[in-house]
Order: sequence, then C-alpha cells, then structure tokens
Amino acid sequence: MEYQVAIIGAGVVGAMAARELSRYRLKICLLEAENDVAMGASKANSGIIHAGYDPEPGTLKARFNREGNPLLYEAARQLRVPHKNNGAFVCAFSPEEEGQLEALYRRGQENQIPGLSLLTGEEARALEPGLSPMVTRVLLAATSGIICPYELTIAAVGNAMDNGVALYRNFRVSEIQKKETGFVLRSSRGESVQAQWIVNCAGVHAGEIGRLAGDPLPEILPRAGEYVLLDKNQGALVSRTIFQVPTKAGKGILVTPTVDGNLLVGPTAQRVPGGDCTGTTRQGLETVKTLGRKSVPGVDYRQVIAAFAGIRASTPGKDFLLGQAVPGLFHAAAIDSPGLSCCVALGRYIAENLPLPKEENPNFNPIRENPHFFRELSLEEKNDYIRLHPEYGKIVCRCEGVSLGEIRAACLVNPRPLDMDGIKRRTRAMMGRCQGGFCTPNILTTLAKELGIAPEEVTKAGGASRLLEKGGSYGKA
Amino acid sequence: MEKHDVVVIGAGPAGLSAAAAAYDAGAHVLLLDRESAPGGILRQCIHPGFGLHTLGQELTGPEYGAHYAREAENRGIPLYRNATVIGLTPERLVTVQSPEGLRQIQAGAVVLAMGCRERSRGALGIPGTRPAGVYTAGTAQKLINCMGFLPGKRVVILGSGDIGLIMARRMTLEGAKVEAVCEIMPYPGGLTRNIVQCLEDFGIPLYLSTTVEEIHGKERVEGVTLVEVDGQRRPIPATRRFAACDTLLLSVGLIPENELSRQAGVPLDNITGGPLVDSRCQTRVPGIFACGNVLQVHDLVDYVTQEGERAGKAAAAFALGKSRRKETLPVEPGEGIRYVVPQSLTPGQELVLSFRVSKPCGAVVYRVRAGEQVLRQVRRPRAVPGEMERIPLSRELTAHVREPIRIEMEVAK
Amino acid sequence: MKRSMACIICPRGCALEIDLENLTVTGNTCPRGEDYARQEVTCPMRTLTTALRVANRENAMVSVKTAAPIPREKLMDAMEVLKALPVNAPITLGQVLLENLYGAQVVATSNVESGHT
Repeated sequence: MEYQVAIIGAGVVGAMAARELSRYRLKICLLEAENDVAMGASKANSGIIHAGYDPEPGTLKARFNREGNPLLYEAARQLRVPHKNNGAFVCAFSPEEEGQLEALYRRGQENQIPGLSLLTGEEARALEPGLSPMVTRVLLAATSGIICPYELTIAAVGNAMDNGVALYRNFRVSEIQKKETGFVLRSSRGESVQAQWIVNCAGVHAGEIGRLAGDPLPEILPRAGEYVLLDKNQGALVSRTIFQVPTKAGKGILVTPTVDGNLLVGPTAQRVPGGDCTGTTRQGLETVKTLGRKSVPGVDYRQVIAAFAGIRASTPGKDFLLGQAVPGLFHAAAIDSPGLSCCVALGRYIAENLPLPKEENPNFNPIRENPHFFRELSLEEKNDYIRLHPEYGKIVCRCEGVSLGEIRAACLVNPRPLDMDGIKRRTRAMMGRCQGGFCTPNILTTLAKELGIAPEEVTKAGGASRLLEKGGSYGKA
Repeated sequence: MEKHDVVVIGAGPAGLSAAAAAYDAGAHVLLLDRESAPGGILRQCIHPGFGLHTLGQELTGPEYGAHYAREAENRGIPLYRNATVIGLTPERLVTVQSPEGLRQIQAGAVVLAMGCRERSRGALGIPGTRPAGVYTAGTAQKLINCMGFLPGKRVVILGSGDIGLIMARRMTLEGAKVEAVCEIMPYPGGLTRNIVQCLEDFGIPLYLSTTVEEIHGKERVEGVTLVEVDGQRRPIPATRRFAACDTLLLSVGLIPENELSRQAGVPLDNITGGPLVDSRCQTRVPGIFACGNVLQVHDLVDYVTQEGERAGKAAAAFALGKSRRKETLPVEPGEGIRYVVPQSLTPGQELVLSFRVSKPCGAVVYRVRAGEQVLRQVRRPRAVPGEMERIPLSRELTAHVREPIRIEMEVAK
Repeated sequence: MKRSMACIICPRGCALEIDLENLTVTGNTCPRGEDYARQEVTCPMRTLTTALRVANRENAMVSVKTAAPIPREKLMDAMEVLKALPVNAPITLGQVLLENLYGAQVVATSNVESGHT
C-alpha cells in the first residue's frame, strides 16, 4: 500500500500525530510492532497531566507542556477518556527543600503556568488530611490532572482510524529503503508499505528506526519505573496527586488517585539494558513503598493488587528530539516525562510541520463514541438498557462490575482488542482486586468467539503468550 | 418494591443451607447468585472429601453442592441466577443486576454468603516479568474441570494449601508435569491426607521454607527463581535456583469477599477479613448476617453448611420479629490463638467457637475462660494453623457468663 | 518391620503405624484407619475423579468419579480410558457412564442437561 505518511509507533504520541493528521485529506498509516496499541511507555506510567512548572524554561518540554496541558483536557473530553483535573501538591519536608520548592514555583512562573500557589503544611493538610505531618510546605498546581494513559492512546488511535487512518499491528519495521519519492518500510514478517513521509514515534526503539532510515539519533536510554497499584478501598486517601520535591536520591515518588478510583504509588527510575525490560524487582517495590510512606503515611500496602514497571525513553540531552532530519523523516523521539502531558501539542506540531498539502478532511469527526456509556447510566437507565440488551445485565468481572455486553461491545470498536490484555485495557475487566481470578476463563472464551479462533489460540498480549496448552486433554484439536 | 423476609446473597454451600434453614424457620426466602447455577465454588471442586460430617458419606464437590441445591429447590425457594448484587445498604436495600434488568429488593434480613477470592500475584508482590501462564490455583481448576482446557504442561505451584495440592494431582492426571510445590512456611498448609494422595502418590516434591522470588519469561512463563527462606521468611541468596516451567500456579491464601459488606457499613475483623459477628452470625449492622467463607475461611465445607444453618435461622428470627437485640460480651483470642469467631456472644445462647492457632504445636490444651473461670477445657493431640478448631459451648455453659470470653492455648505436658 | 503412614480416610489424618509381619495397626482412632493401613501395604487404592467433555454439547463438561477406589498404580491408565470415553447429554448425577474401570463403576457427579442452558 502507498501512503503519504507512515507513523511508526502507536504510543500516545504516534496516536495523537495520527489523529491530528487525520484532520487533513491524507493517506496515513500507523505501524505498530506489537499486537495492540499503547504497548510501550504509554502502557504504564503515572497518568499525570502535568501543570508544567517542572521543565527547564526554554526547553521543548517546557513549551509543549504549557501548550499541551489545556489541549489534553480538550482532547480527553472529545475522545471520552476518563480524566480529572484534581490538582497536585509538591511537598517539602525541610528548610532546604522549601528553598527548592520556591525555586520550582519561580520556574513555573517563568514557564507561564497558571494556578500555582505556595501553601503552609497546615493549609495543605486542611485540604488533604492524608498528608504526612512532616510536610512543611507545599506547591499547589491547580491545573494538574489525572488520566488513563493507555485509554487515551486507544481512544486516539480509534478516533484516527474512524477518520481514515490505517492501523497495522505486529508490523515491526525491520528495513527502511529510500526511494526517489519516499520510502519502503518492511516488517520483520515480510509485509511492506510505501510512504512519502515517516514520523518516528517508536519510543525506546526510535534510535533503531533512525538508524534504519539513515539518520542516527543520539542514544536513547531506556529507563524503567516501578509502581504499585492499590485496591479502590485506598483510592480516597488523597484526592490530589502528591509529589515530593526532587532530591539527590531521585525524582521522588508520587502518590495519586487514578481516574478509576485506585491509588497509584511510584515510580522508581532505573537504567535498564533494553526497551523490553519491564520486570519488577523486590528492591524497586520496597523503594516505592518506603518513599510513598514519606508523603502519605496511611497507605495500607496489604491492599496492593498489582505491581508493574513502565519503560521510558530518555536521552542524555534531557529534552525531546523533535523535527525533520533527513528529507522525509520526522522524529518525535526521547519523549519521556512530561510526554503524556505534551502529546496533543506534539501531535499538532507534527501535523503542522509536515510539508504536505493540507486540504481539510470533510469527514473528520473529533468526537469518539463513549465506550463507557453503560457504566455512566443511572440505575433506571441501566434497567431500561438491560431489558433491550440482556447481555449488559450479566456481570462477568465482579470486581470492576463489567458485563458481558460491555466486553462484547469493546470487541467491535476501533482499534479492536486482539488479546486478553487488550480486553483488560478497554473494559477494566480482570483489572480489579482479584486480577482476573474469577473471570479470565469466561472472557477467554468470549474473546475466542469474537475473534473466530479456538480458545487455545487466545493470547495474553500477542506472539507466543498463549494462555492455554494447545491440544489440552479435552480441548478440541 | 419487591420484598422478602430473608435475602441470601450467594448460592454456594453457605447460602444454600442458610436459605433452607431460614425457610424452615418460617421465613419467605430469596436466593441470589451471580452464576448460572447454584453450588458456588463446589462446582469446580470435583475431588472427593466433602460431606463426612454433615451427610455421613464422602461426596465430591458437585455432589455435595447438588444435595443442598435440591434441599433449597424442594422447599420452593426462588433462586435468581446470573444475578449480581451491586448494592447493599445498612437498611437492607439490595440492588441486583441480572439479564432481566436492575431491581431493588427490600430484605427483612440479609445473609451474606459471597465466599472468598484467591490472593493474586499482585497482592503477593512476586517480582519479575508479567508473562502468560501465571494463574491462581482456582482459575486453573475452573479451566480444567469446567471447561476442559489445560493451562500448562510444566508447572510450579506456590503454596501448599489444599487447593494447591489438589491441583498438583489434577494437573498430573491431565498429563502435565508438576515440578514442585513450594511452601514459604516450614510446615505444609494443607491437610496431611492431601500431602499423601496428591503429592506423594505421584512423586511430586514439596519444598518447605521455599518461595518463588522472581518470574521469568517475556511472552509465556519460562521459569521461576526458587529460594529458601530463613526463620524470619527472609530469602537466603545462596539457595537461589532456577526452575524451568511454563506455568506458575498460586495457592497462597484466600480473602473473604467483603466489598458488599463494606458498602453496607459492616465492620470487619482485621485478622479474618470477615465481618465481626455475634453468636448468631449477626454482623454489627442489625439484620445483616454472615456465614461461610465470607465470614472466615474454612477448611471443610461441612462446617460451612453448619454455619449457614445458624445464620439462616437467626436471619429468619430477625426478619419475623422474633429476636430481640440482647447484651453481648466480647470473645477474644488469647495466648497462641490467631483469631476466634464469633467475636461476641450473648449469655444463654449456645454457640461454636471457631479459631486457629498461630503456629503449629504438638499436643495442646485449649481453655475457654470467662475472666478467671474456666468454662471448658479441651485437649487435642496436635494443633496446626491449617486446621480450624471448633469448640461448642452449650446454653448452660454461657448462661451465667458476665465477663469477656477468652480462648487460650497451652502446650500440653 | 514397621511402616508409618498418615491415614487419608478423613481430614483428621491420624498417624498410623503398621507391623508388616502380623499387620497389626496402631495410632488409628477408628476402625477405618485399620483397614486403610492394611490395604495400603498390600495394594493401595484410590478414588479417581476427573471431568469429561460432553460430545453433544458445546463447552460442557461432566464431572465423574469411580464409585469405589481403584488400584493406585492404575490411576494414569484409568485416565487414558476415560479420556477416550464418549459421553453425551443428558447426563444425570449418579448415572453410570462406564461399568468397569479396574473393578469400579464410573458415575457422573454432576448433571448436564440436553440442549443449551
């Protein structure tokens, strides 16, 4: 197939670039190496819409964070992605840290970030009773928010697809051939597409893509951040995102409610050898808990329901690598924190700076249908809906209250889930306190039916991640 | 609005016997279950070992469940299937979601019988990657016994509780190779009979004081790091070894499912994870009763049935206005006892004290005291945390009690 | 010569000891323990339970057991026989699905209705 633009990497930046480009009459494809979108950094991060006080003034991070914050709220509304402008605290614990806090406040002013104010420890605790008594001073960032990063990515890709973008999954770009007018991109499976422009949004693999396209990037250094996720019974301990002043020991651990009502604590920041090193470590998880207790001491860590690690693509230069290098190749690389907060602004920048004819796409619709309409209905409305659609009455995932109807409906929406983790990220089924203990078998057979494959072929996350043994004793061959 | 004297949430063994007992006590009863058929977790427990105490014969789980499902059915007790309770108020307003719609039911009394769930990998905090092939033992049991799927071929099992042991045998019979069962404690968690007939019969090694330190594998499990632990359960690095496997089964504890109870403001016991109850299985919220694994995790279904009967009878009495709230005295665990249920009693009522010891001992003496007075003294040849102990107290014994009850353990001389 | 073993007849799990010459049993708290120990040193017997796929129903399984214990050494062979045993709904609890599996009947321990539920 021939495209005008091939975006490599369906993370949140690639997704937003695709969505912004789909505003124009262009032939666009989005190439993703994995079985689903949002499988790199966008899958597992803090999910914070940063206010923008933190990046060094004058950097790309500072600019795109400032621009990106309001744009992300707008996109989240259009894409029907759950989000909340819950505000954030940055906590100081000593006179020295109070000094750093004031510096942070001044930096925020310089970055032209609205809604910043300094509070005393008492004022802060009046707003957040769960805050440690050791906190002496707090920077309040009113425009900070929370959002689910993978839902945002899925929604943006889905919206881009609805507006005409083609998504290729399991398309791991292994060869890029320069032609007179553009490129041929080949996948490790031997498929190929042609494109006039390549947008490199490949996350920790961006360096590799640069090399293949003949434009080596500065080294991308994968870092891993470990988190623990707690039961919803801990989700109300704080209502704002609680940061700590960055110390010599590291950037500090945040404690935040999630949009789904859980509590998230993390991350650590470890250099790791490869982009697929997303294992957790005992030491990392202990660090998370110990440092988390510093700002919010009341968290009951017996209520942890999951631990995970996310990957970050950073560079020694500490800023995003953005822009055209060799003709036809546009990088959006080294997008580490606050990349999520910048994603819409970055997507827009990419779309505006690709020198292509920008004829408006008359069919472009920025609104995505709400995939969670059912759970947002009142009891009466739910009752009416179930009477017409009985599948919505059958709860499959008891912990998150997800019905068979919602799971089956999620299977039909762009980008369709092809594996169990895909169902999980789209519906929240298997994501609650029992972590799929009860519902995995039923969801597995439901997904098999929707995909038209044998249950033994169903995977957790594509590739060889099958859940069942082939030809199990009684499984149909 | 739909009204019933007694609404029983969950049609597993606890709920089924509670429903029958409430009916026999004269109440109009409704059973609710989220599954398509009654029986609860028994439906997937196809092994024998059920019913020796209550029915005088050894049955499999499905048979035992079917027996009590028939008891309820014969009484004409209605059962709403595929019906999940999504709301419960202290005033006993029950919100139910099912393929028929959403309905609200006013209950005269509620019996909580939702059972328990298995502790997951996340709750355990086992580090490593997150590949396919990590299952709780119960999930694997459902896949094999109810759906005919084999979740793996080469298995390591963490936890030597009964479900883990039963699954070691089950997977072996189905053609999988169980490489090891690991237990972090220095003693096995399950019944001796299961060590013999599930592990020894098949030559499956049991490693005590050993745990899984890390999970390996990118897409599917490729192996686990096993490590021995010292007396404080700290890993001993020199003992680390890699065990190749494609499946890790977790059988590391059960957690009573009390999310609904919390919604209704029912206070819970920190140790059992179940509601605080009196000698009639009534929680601290009047009219809400609890029985079975939602109250405390049991080893034997027979005692679940008995607990259900007590709860059902008491719920009926409450709903029919035949019970008055009476003064209660606290019941507390003493030396060597981890917990005791109920947590309070009413003088003059008969009851059964259920409890577990904190660590394994040889021969022991249990003493039930009211202040300085010893109400009952019971000898047992041995005490292990994996086996729930039960001591009945008669009406006569509790009649004149005026001080808090305490149960203590002493190692027998 | 004596052999010690744990009784598996009930959850109590008595620690038994049997004299291999005269087959006298000690440590049991009921007569069934005595029988168990004697059987265990001559020919250990076990009840087998498993689940079989129901041929004429989609995704339906029926749980089964041997109505009496069978020789322990035949458990794996018995599994092979059962895997090949065709069963069809409707099946009622207690229904005999195989007359003789190493000396025991195989009976259904659950119901499977015909048609879809």
